[in-house]
Order: sequence, then C-alpha cells, then structure tokens
Amino acid sequence: MSPRVLVVGAGPAGLYAAATLAAADVGVDVADRLPTPYGLVRYGVAPDHPKIKSVTRVLARPFSAESVRFLGNVTVGVDLTVADIRGHYDAVVYATGAARGLRPGVPGDDLPGSAPAADFVAWYGGHPDAVSAEELLDARRIAVIGAGNVALDTARMLLKDARALADTELPDAVLAALSRSRVTDVHLIARRGPARAKFTPVELRELGELGVDVLVRPDDLEPSADEAGVVAGDRAARTNVEILREWAGRPGGDAARRLHLWFRTRLVEVCGRDRVDALLLEPGGERLPVDAVLYAIGHRGTPLLGLPFDEVTGTVPHERGRVLGVPGAYVAGWLKRGATGVIGTNKADAGETVASLLADLPGLPRPAEPDPAAVTALLERRGVRPVTWAGWTRLDAHEAELGRRQGRARAKITDLPAMLAICG
Amino acid sequence: MTYTITSRCVGTKDESCVTVCPVDCIHDAGEQMMIDPVECIDCGACVPICPVDAIFTEDEVPAEEVDAIGAARSFFRSDGSS
Repeated sequence: MSPRVLVVGAGPAGLYAAATLAAADVGVDVADRLPTPYGLVRYGVAPDHPKIKSVTRVLARPFSAESVRFLGNVTVGVDLTVADIRGHYDAVVYATGAARGLRPGVPGDDLPGSAPAADFVAWYGGHPDAVSAEELLDARRIAVIGAGNVALDTARMLLKDARALADTELPDAVLAALSRSRVTDVHLIARRGPARAKFTPVELRELGELGVDVLVRPDDLEPSADEAGVVAGDRAARTNVEILREWAGRPGGDAARRLHLWFRTRLVEVCGRDRVDALLLEPGGERLPVDAVLYAIGHRGTPLLGLPFDEVTGTVPHERGRVLGVPGAYVAGWLKRGATGVIGTNKADAGETVASLLADLPGLPRPAEPDPAAVTALLERRGVRPVTWAGWTRLDAHEAELGRRQGRARAKITDLPAMLAICG
Repeated sequence: MTYTITSRCVGTKDESCVTVCPVDCIHDAGEQMMIDPVECIDCGACVPICPVDAIFTEDEVPAEEVDAIGAARSFFRSDGSS
C-alpha cells in the first residue's frame, strides 16, 4: 500500500503540499476544521479581488485524484489526536497558518473600539467564527495601524463606496453594514517611511482610485538618508513613492471620505475611558482623535499539541520543513515561515517541505492502520462527520447559484450549521 | 491588468518566477520566459523574485519594451495553451 500523509489545513500551503504529494503517488487526506477549503483565499483575499481568488481552480486540482480526500469539519487535536495520526499516516504536514492578529502592546490597545484588522477581515470575508464588526462602522474616524497589504485592504474596505461592492461575494450582512457605514476619515498610520512600506504598488494605486480625497503629508515624501538607497535599488519602493508624490500634488477635494496617510509615525498609546477616543502618536506627541482603531501589524500562528513552538515568531522551528525533534512531522506556509509573502510564495515553500518529506519517507515507520477507510471509520465512531470534497462542491454550487440570482459572483453562507446542512 | 516579462529576461531565464507562480502560467518561450496573460491572476508573486527585474504590470512596461505585451499575447494564442 502506498504511503499516506495527512495535511492539516486546506489553505494554499496545505493544498500545494497535497498536490506535490499526490504527484509523487502518495495518498493524501487534507483535514480542515472548517467545511470549506482554500483558507485565506476564501476568508482573507478581499472580495473585490476576484481574479486572485480564481487561484482556487488550481488549488482544487489534487482532489480530482481518488487518492486525495478532503476531511472538512475535522479538527486535528480534537477529532483526530496525535496518536491517531501516528496510527494511520506515515507523515503529517501542518499548514494551519497564522490566524491570530497582533495587538501593538501599548497602553489601551484592548479598549472597546479597537481590534486586530485580522478580525475585521475575517468578518467581511464571511468566516463562520468571525465576530460582527458592524459596531465599528458607527465610527466616523477610524485609524488603521500598519504598512502592509492587510492595512491597505482594510483601509480600502472602509473607504470604498458600498455600491461598488454590491456585485462581489461579500456576505449580505456585511454589505448591509458597509452601506450604513458612517466612516468619513481613515487614518493609515505607518511606523516605516514610505520607501520601506511593505505594500505593493498595485494595491497602493487602488486606494487612489476610490474617489476619496487622499491626504499625504509633504514631509513624509522627503526620503531619509537610509531610504534614498532603498528607493534607488527597489522598483516597488520607488513606485510607491512616485504614487504618493502624485497624490500629494492633487488639488484638495471635497469628497465625502478622506484617507490620511501618516508615515514614520509610531502609536504609543490608545486613549479613552470606556472606549477609544484618541491615539497618542510619536514623534511630536500628537493626540489624534479617532473613534476606532484596527491593528494591521502582523499575524501569529497558534501552538499545536505535540509540536515545538517559537512564541516570538509564532512559528514552528524546522529545518527545510522538518519539524525539529518530531520525526514524521512537517510544516508549511505561514506556520513555517511567518505571515509573509503572497499566495504563490506557498508553492515554493510547500515544495521544499514535501521534498524533505519524500526524502525521509523510506526511513519513517509505517503506520499500524494505513487503510484510508480506517480513519473515516474512527471519525464516525466519534460522531464526527467529515465534509467530503463532494460535500464542499454542493456548498460551492449553492453559493454560486445564490450569487447568480443576486447578480453577483457568489453569495457566501457564513453560518456553520447552515454550511454543514448544505454540504450534506 | 496582467503582468509581462520584458526582454531583460533574455540571457538569464532564471525561472524563479516559475517556482512561485501559483497558477503555473509562466512558460519557456525560447529566448525568454513569458506569462500567459489569460491564465495570470495578477498576484504579482513573480515581480520581486526576478533577479533581473524583468517583470512589470502591462501599464508599467517601459516604453522601449511595450512590444513584449503583444508578443506574449500572440505567443499563447498561437501556442493554443490559453
């Protein structure tokens, strides 16, 4: 019987690992705690970026092989223990990502009216565990802390005219909330200078096309001594600075919404008695009145049972994907390298991990119960009904049909019991 | 919008772009690599990894390289792979 590997997490990293394993004639089960595959492609990529979401047509490919199964709605560590994995698989690849959004660790950073941007993204992405961010949209002035693409996505979703989102896959409740939004001013606050910002020019340029007034502080455009070298050697940095310069030259407008850009600015305190009412910023000690603040300053993974974990980086220590000190365990994606890179980065990343796994495979002990039916029988005895690929396909078709009737790409179902009922 | 590989690729053909393209839309076109503009999903993963800075969005392709856009379009049309 061919070797069998469990992939934990059906996001891009897990599915690229599954594809590479399947191509090497390894039997693969892909477990996800949700009934849906695609991870952040479904729940993280912004709804107004449908072309990037179309990567799903490639990510789905491994499931056309009979040797690759989807075990949706299965939580590894609860429904399947480490001992179960050892008993049924030759190896396991953990690709559970880095879902937890960081807070900055300054006084007041957990006041009501503040949240990690990751929570806001999960809400507009229709994640079944997301908490409604509707209350946040009562704010008129919202700050977004950070200088990466998550910060830009967050700012864009807050600023964009909801009518321009009506044909996307945004959940109905989110679209309704965004339509009622009272937001007038979004402050994007970055610690870095513009030449060192992590966002990509394509995403930055989109912000200038929303019909909102963009306010750039002229001083921010003067490169500091160390930034001049960055701009010379990095086309993306140069383009970002050029875009900002073009915005700075635009005549002031009277749009209903404004985007204020702050660079080289550090958040030192979130102020307020019962909820956020201002931010204290350095240098200058400026007190910026705001009604809410979202932190887009990075994500961390969560420790997994039986695996070593680096609390500082939020990743699992590894050597070319091999989990240190745990033979037969591998790691891929954000849990391996931290929350960096784009979807495609995970292909090369998962490739490295699977190459290590395949090289080790002949030396790994065979499991006692390699029969694929034994895993599903075990889950059944525990009262767990995995969502199969066919089950997910039913939900996918349901959402697409609902969307078609509403004249949009897809209408997402966000209620877990409803999702499971449709998967059947 | 899509991405285009310019003639800066000629003589290098490093292929790092192929390893990060999530939809496998970058192909060997003889002298240089080319992006299938129909398959490309605009993620931009290939841009920073290119050692010779050869990859641009169609709107940003330098003036002297604009022919690369049409070249990629016709390559994939005639090739039948799009």
